[in-house]
Amino acid sequence: MEKDTKAFQRVYTKLFQLTKATVSLYADGIGNEELAIVDGRLAQVVKIMGDVVTLQVFAGTEGIATNAEVIFTGKAPTLKVSDDLAGRFFNAYGEPLDGSQIMGEEREIGGPSVNPVRRKQPSELIATGIAGIDLNNTLVTGQKIPFFADPDQPFNQVMAMVALRAQADKIILGGVGLSNDDYLYFKQVFDNAGALDRIVGFINTTENPPVERLLVPDMALTAAEYFAVDKHEKVLVLLTDLTLYADALSIVSNRMDQIPSKDSMPGSLYSDLARLYEKAVQFPDGGSITIVAVTTLSGGDITHAIPDNTGYITEGQLFLRKDSDVGKVIVDPFRSLSRLKQLVIGKKTREDHPQVMNAAVRLYADAANAKTKLENGFDLTDYDERTLEFAKGYSEKLLAIDVNIDVDTMLETAYDLFNKHFSPAEVGIRQEFVEKYWKKN
Amino acid sequence: MNTIGKVTGIIANLVIVETEGTAAQNEICFIKDGDTRLMAEVIKIMGKKVYVQVFESTRGLKVGSEVEFMGHMLEVTLGPGLLSKNFDGLQNDLDKMEGVFLKRGEYTEALDDEKIFHFVPMAQPGDKVSAGSWLGEVKENWMPHKIMVPFKMEGEYTVKSVTAEGDYKITDTMAVVTDKEGQEIKISMVQKWPVKVTIRAYKNKPRPFKILETGIRVMDTLNPIAEGGTGFIPGPFGSGKTVLQHNLSKNAEADLVIIAACGERANEVVEIFTEFPELDDPRTGRKLMERTTIIANTSNMPVAAREASVYTAMTIAEYYRAMGLKVLLLADSTSRWAQALREMSNRMEELPGPDGFPMDLPAIISNFYARAGFVYLNNGETGSITFIGTVSPAGGNLKEPVTESTKKAARCFYALSQARADSKRYPAIDPIDSYSKYLEYPEITEYLNTKVAPHWTEHVFEAKDILLRGKETQEQINILGDDGVPLDYHLKYWKAELIDFVILQQDAFDKIDASSSLARQHFMLGKVLDICNMEFKFESFEQVNPYFKRVINSLKQMNYSEFESEQFEKNQKELETIIQERKTA
Repeated sequence: MEKDTKAFQRVYTKLFQLTKATVSLYADGIGNEELAIVDGRLAQVVKIMGDVVTLQVFAGTEGIATNAEVIFTGKAPTLKVSDDLAGRFFNAYGEPLDGSQIMGEEREIGGPSVNPVRRKQPSELIATGIAGIDLNNTLVTGQKIPFFADPDQPFNQVMAMVALRAQADKIILGGVGLSNDDYLYFKQVFDNAGALDRIVGFINTTENPPVERLLVPDMALTAAEYFAVDKHEKVLVLLTDLTLYADALSIVSNRMDQIPSKDSMPGSLYSDLARLYEKAVQFPDGGSITIVAVTTLSGGDITHAIPDNTGYITEGQLFLRKDSDVGKVIVDPFRSLSRLKQLVIGKKTREDHPQVMNAAVRLYADAANAKTKLENGFDLTDYDERTLEFAKGYSEKLLAIDVNIDVDTMLETAYDLFNKHFSPAEVGIRQEFVEKYWKKN
Repeated sequence: MNTIGKVTGIIANLVIVETEGTAAQNEICFIKDGDTRLMAEVIKIMGKKVYVQVFESTRGLKVGSEVEFMGHMLEVTLGPGLLSKNFDGLQNDLDKMEGVFLKRGEYTEALDDEKIFHFVPMAQPGDKVSAGSWLGEVKENWMPHKIMVPFKMEGEYTVKSVTAEGDYKITDTMAVVTDKEGQEIKISMVQKWPVKVTIRAYKNKPRPFKILETGIRVMDTLNPIAEGGTGFIPGPFGSGKTVLQHNLSKNAEADLVIIAACGERANEVVEIFTEFPELDDPRTGRKLMERTTIIANTSNMPVAAREASVYTAMTIAEYYRAMGLKVLLLADSTSRWAQALREMSNRMEELPGPDGFPMDLPAIISNFYARAGFVYLNNGETGSITFIGTVSPAGGNLKEPVTESTKKAARCFYALSQARADSKRYPAIDPIDSYSKYLEYPEITEYLNTKVAPHWTEHVFEAKDILLRGKETQEQINILGDDGVPLDYHLKYWKAELIDFVILQQDAFDKIDASSSLARQHFMLGKVLDICNMEFKFESFEQVNPYFKRVINSLKQMNYSEFESEQFEKNQKELETIIQERKTA
């Protein structure tokens, strides 16, 4: 680790307490949350009691001896920000992975929050081409939304797709406990799309120590704030997987002897996650930070503390599901929700968008009921049969994640499906829209 | 001389200060960190060690930093100009802060010292006055704002002089009073009050006996909240808590609304900032923002200030209640406040109660709810604070400490149901699980039966009964199948659906349906119950569903039309025709 040696740095060599993640020593004049280098590894002050300073060593304390050298740097963790960041990948400490150097202004990570009165209400649509998102759960700049997904689902692929189509000025990838394969996948996809110069990556893979992960989202968001605030750019931040971030938090709180709350998570989990997600913002001058994250679930359980707290913080959530009837992965229209879609649908998109969306989802729900009836051995009515046919088409032509069309085409496709299976009265959208957009054949 | 101490320990935002001087529980102190001063509150004292929670990030703070104790608790500034403001949890005026980001240690004045208000005296020289007595009045926006004897002044005083009618700044002397010893005390428009102490400048607090109209049918009709009452809304994420609270703040028949956005999403606060200055107050025609004060402590703002924010909001509400106003206080969400308490209790290594929450959580919550209420002021006028808090139960499970503690403290329970939200039946208040204890108050029953209509409460209980029976029948139909139950079951089920679709469900985004007057609610419930009490003729169960859908549709069209308008009457005639088709008795 290369760090500038400056006059105010102080060096100590006597540790009197070591745990798996922390070391304690006698020192004075030390600031809270200050960084130090313990035996060449980065550490941060987490507790000061009189002259006893406790440091959390990000890479773990394996092999550190009681006479190890501790150098205090006199500052909190920082990232050097400049346009130099673009097109490069960094480790959790903000150092380029290719070993090169980066020039820029040093900024503290995990900085203060935006004054709520300086925010603007998000109102700009993000088009992804995926109808399960654009039609039913429209994303808006300045929004924060996670995928709630089981580990076997293709969330990273969908996220990469969203990122590439989103027309963001910068895409910042925060890889939190990313598998090396997935890291290479992201790199390759962005490379193939010729988008590498718009990408900034902060990568902690499963090969790296878990506590290091805690730095990644803050690094990514500090870079995002640079581009959004200083450069007025539209920034999309991808954070995958924040369940592993929460797991790392629980490791640290456990080592600090804190009393765990629900599901062995620290009592501050809500605030810890909110601190990250709330960096999503729309500024009046056009700059914005949009966060798309991943929260992996265990067995689809959304009542676990991590997804539960996340759901209270984020503006909706996206669920992926395999639809066995059409053999494709779809964006689940029932459980997914974009809380900010109301700000754009029917305003930035065609006027009938909300009605078409609701009608299609309602018919899809009727199909689900028909399916249950079928499974329970009850007879199906003619209407039931038609909803089942509609559901297949809807799944395949609109909900599937491999769909890539614009919103107007999505609406046309929906009308085609309506027209094929139902009468306007059964669909129940407002008469003026039926007259204007329902093409009869 | 203020007590001075030194920082000896730092764990996140818990700081340990050593001092030789005196310090008091909940006293405010400032920690010097370079050029900035960080505000903190004493939460525990052990000998010379004083534990303080810092309202800001403690990054970079060093042991040995100087601490100055201020000799008072966390206080808010009360005076004309509070309305239409956006404050943070410590009552800093957010609009006065510079820059995009909140700066650590930046505190701004709550009120505007330079703003001019037109004062009209109310008291006369020689009047006997005490804390909370009205000395004069200014107009704040359009609202009459009383200038009162400060709440901190104990005992009785005699008015010596009151400033003549005219334009003044808030710091000007508006009156001079003398105490028993003849000492003169000058009174301005501004005063300070510690947030954690209840303002008791009133004669007595009777049991609530009126209801507060909210315009929301599922509340007013089925489970009304009393003026000066308390209620809470628990619900999993995505069940519509925030939309419901926003709708309450828009339509409830209160003089003013105070919203504490406590540990929630910043974009939701931005929505209020953006929309309220544009939206018309349906009752006065003024802009909604003119009667609204927002205390915004979003989830990414410092945790300790989150705890303070609900107290700040309650104190401002009490201030306006003392002027004889009807205040509606909304807090979203009280769970985040409880979590802030948990984080601190955890850092202090207190023995935890259930789910890691502090043992005294139920006491803290019920003390807070107890500050709401309807009061008779010393001058005989009335004022009230109606308080509705939301609760965000972990995992949507209502058997968690915050929900259970709140259930003991609040008198109305509006349970948001995930199933109703999933099927888009908004507001998703569950009609069976929710309750209003006020319906059991004889004085409320009497009030309703006088104000709405004779026997009104009987009709309400009848509607509840039909809903319950409908739910039971639905379960049986689900088990036995549509054709496995008698035809009568389908009728029972659809009569409950009728109440559900026409009375319970309400479109918060529709101009007309968003708010429904009591007269209108009375009319519609009467209509619906009439139909529920009719006999209909059907040959088979398959006819029931489409028929009732038509009935529901024409009643919903009535909900969407202006009450008693031509369109409304037209829809009602249509309804009559549909009913005559199958009605037998």
